Amino acid sequence: MLSRLAENLYWHGRYLERAEDLARLINVNANLNLDLPAGLSAGWEPLVRITGSADLYRELYEEVSERQVVRFLLTDERNSGSLKATLEFARENLRSARDLLPREVWEQMNSLYLKGNEQLSGNLGKRRRHEYLRELILDCQQVAGTLLGTMSQDHAYDFILIGRYLERADMTTRILDVRGYDLLPDASEELTPYESIQWMSVLKSLTAYQMYRRHVRLRVSGNDVLEFLLRDSQFPRALMFCLRAVEALLTDMPGDDKQALRTITRLQRNLQEATLTGLRGKALSGLMDQLQIELAEAHDAIRQSWFPSE
Amino acid sequence: MNFSDYTAGDFHDELIGRGGRPRAAARALWKYLKALDDSELVERRAACELAAMVAGITFRVYFEDTGVDRAMPFDLIPRVIALREWQQIEAGLKQRVHALNLFIDDLYNDQKIIADGVFPAGMLEGSVNFRSQCKGFSPPLGIWAHICGSDLVRDGDGTMYVLEDNLRIPSGVSYMLENRQVMKRVFPELFEDSGIQPIDDYASQLYDMLASLSPRPADYPSVVVLTPGMYNSAYFEHAYLAQQMGVELVEGRDLVVDDNDEVFMRTVAGLEPVDVIYRRVDDDFIDPEVFRADSMLGVPGLMRAWRAGKVALANAPGAGVADDKVVYAWVPEIIRYYLGEDPLLANVPTWKCSEPDDLAHVLAHIDELVIKPANESGGYGMLIGPRSTRKEQREFARLIKADPRNYIAQPTLALSTCPTITPTGVAPRHIDLRPFVLSGEHTYVTNGGLTRVALKAGSLVVNSSQGGGSKDTWIVDTEL
Repeated sequence: MLSRLAENLYWHGRYLERAEDLARLINVNANLNLDLPAGLSAGWEPLVRITGSADLYRELYEEVSERQVVRFLLTDERNSGSLKATLEFARENLRSARDLLPREVWEQMNSLYLKGNEQLSGNLGKRRRHEYLRELILDCQQVAGTLLGTMSQDHAYDFILIGRYLERADMTTRILDVRGYDLLPDASEELTPYESIQWMSVLKSLTAYQMYRRHVRLRVSGNDVLEFLLRDSQFPRALMFCLRAVEALLTDMPGDDKQALRTITRLQRNLQEATLTGLRGKALSGLMDQLQIELAEAHDAIRQSWFPSE
Repeated sequence: MNFSDYTAGDFHDELIGRGGRPRAAARALWKYLKALDDSELVERRAACELAAMVAGITFRVYFEDTGVDRAMPFDLIPRVIALREWQQIEAGLKQRVHALNLFIDDLYNDQKIIADGVFPAGMLEGSVNFRSQCKGFSPPLGIWAHICGSDLVRDGDGTMYVLEDNLRIPSGVSYMLENRQVMKRVFPELFEDSGIQPIDDYASQLYDMLASLSPRPADYPSVVVLTPGMYNSAYFEHAYLAQQMGVELVEGRDLVVDDNDEVFMRTVAGLEPVDVIYRRVDDDFIDPEVFRADSMLGVPGLMRAWRAGKVALANAPGAGVADDKVVYAWVPEIIRYYLGEDPLLANVPTWKCSEPDDLAHVLAHIDELVIKPANESGGYGMLIGPRSTRKEQREFARLIKADPRNYIAQPTLALSTCPTITPTGVAPRHIDLRPFVLSGEHTYVTNGGLTRVALKAGSLVVNSSQGGGSKDTWIVDTEL
């Protein structure tokens, strides 16, 4: 397949995943803020940090409020990482490569985008916002499901998935980075009820709560959450799961350049060897930073191996 | 469907003859349509729209809310031509395209036709589509225009004329194919026993023709379609044809020419060789090394590769030299010169302003004629005598006298009509026909072609950009 289209599909996978993750982040944060007393609530600022747009935000806005952060994340045209822009990028990248995919995928992407344009054009009330974002998550899942159910698992399919899993891996580390820093400045044995709620919200940001309860079977604690979200090999949003998926996809890729594969296996090794128990605050943040750098290296290696050189 | 009040007046109607009776090839269709009552007709139209949407949805959604292009409106009533007549037209098209290819090859090489005084040298000097970069080269089989779309019109007396030949990058064939798909779904009964000739093998004929141009005949040829990109108004057709042929749809940036003049495409498995390029990018943009240096759509070095015989380009660069409106006037002479035959298909009678006698006639009858400049298309820079003012006529007379070689003149034609569904019932609308001719080892003509229809009453403009639609075209064997 053409390198240009491989790149388009890879980015389509990344952007659609990003849109879904962003929608979930906003809904979970809104929910969390309802549960926490004013003093403990970190408010909306963490979302700006998770999306890596703190500098831009400070340039554009003087204060941090729900209304402003949500506007910034959903529709602000000056923010190229807004949900609206993300959906547009997801669609534009699919457009040229659409003939490689089942027709329904383009139709779904197209209606998802048009619905976004419609919903995000006016001022969204909180309830409508929640409802729209919930639907968006389902719509993104529908695209993933259609691909899984109707598309040959060829290189075109593989590049979408590589994009999706790398984006997801990146988002998981970002969420843990920011949330982990805010949470539990001191590693204490006893969780206060509010701390427990905060860890639950971390799980929920990644739709991991239910699966965590089923598979970990312990009450929600920081160490176990970290272990589950970073090293679980069965939960599809856990970092290790994503890395293994990317590794399997890369193994089938054509060419002699194994740099991308090497980067991903090294990442798994580092993750496996990291000490997670009691990892909090700066140390946790440091590990997440390191993982993010390695994910970026994996992206670069993929780009160099398979995408157009210019 | 009610035909009792239907009349095309003085025009030649393709389906209904004198006295309101159907032409022989259209009899089965006419009977069928007449028996449809209004509710059935509404039902068929709905089915048609649905089928068009299902079949054409890939076209439509490309452009949804971008305003770049929309599917051409489609009319339910087909245009019918008897097989016997069509066979003559087909032979005429083959003859014409064959002669035009010989002509182009001659112009870029020995220019015998000029040396022999048949075609004036001055014409060539004024041609904007003559590419000096192609001189001294002859593509495989001597063929330059591998895909030709000639526009045919029928005049009031029933004569079929060639109005123009499109030898650069003619489009519209995807509409022809899609229209038939829709019709087969909506009127399956009619196709069962009406002797309608099939058209569905176009994509495989196109592929075979392109493959036959491969410079590496021993290997499985690598064919691609080169598009300017998804914002081009014909992008859906490029994507459609690539898909139907099962070949890659590439853009200029996907291709690279190496120092050995070989062409490759950039794939995830590395560089893969390319043998044949069906290019849908204009000459001017295909190679910034040779033509427009600012082109982002082309491939640097493509002309080198082509001239080295390492890659085939369809159509060949420079083929457009034979499709300007002044060259058109010489086509009958061109056919006689190269083939020693009389043309089987008529040219519209054309006065060449470069010839003193013709010029005098044109100037004396400027209010009756259509005046066309050589190198404008889409109706620009034209004078339609009967619809012009005195002032416009004086202005054109001045233009013609200043540069007679750049102008030709033709009588106004009474374009034939075909019954068409309008908001107020079935009414005659003017139509033309664009058949497609493929030239490779063999020559292939589509069974029929794309019929375009001017949807506004009385209008002669069939272009989709100006309110034109299209119809299915049936070549019917009445002797079954």
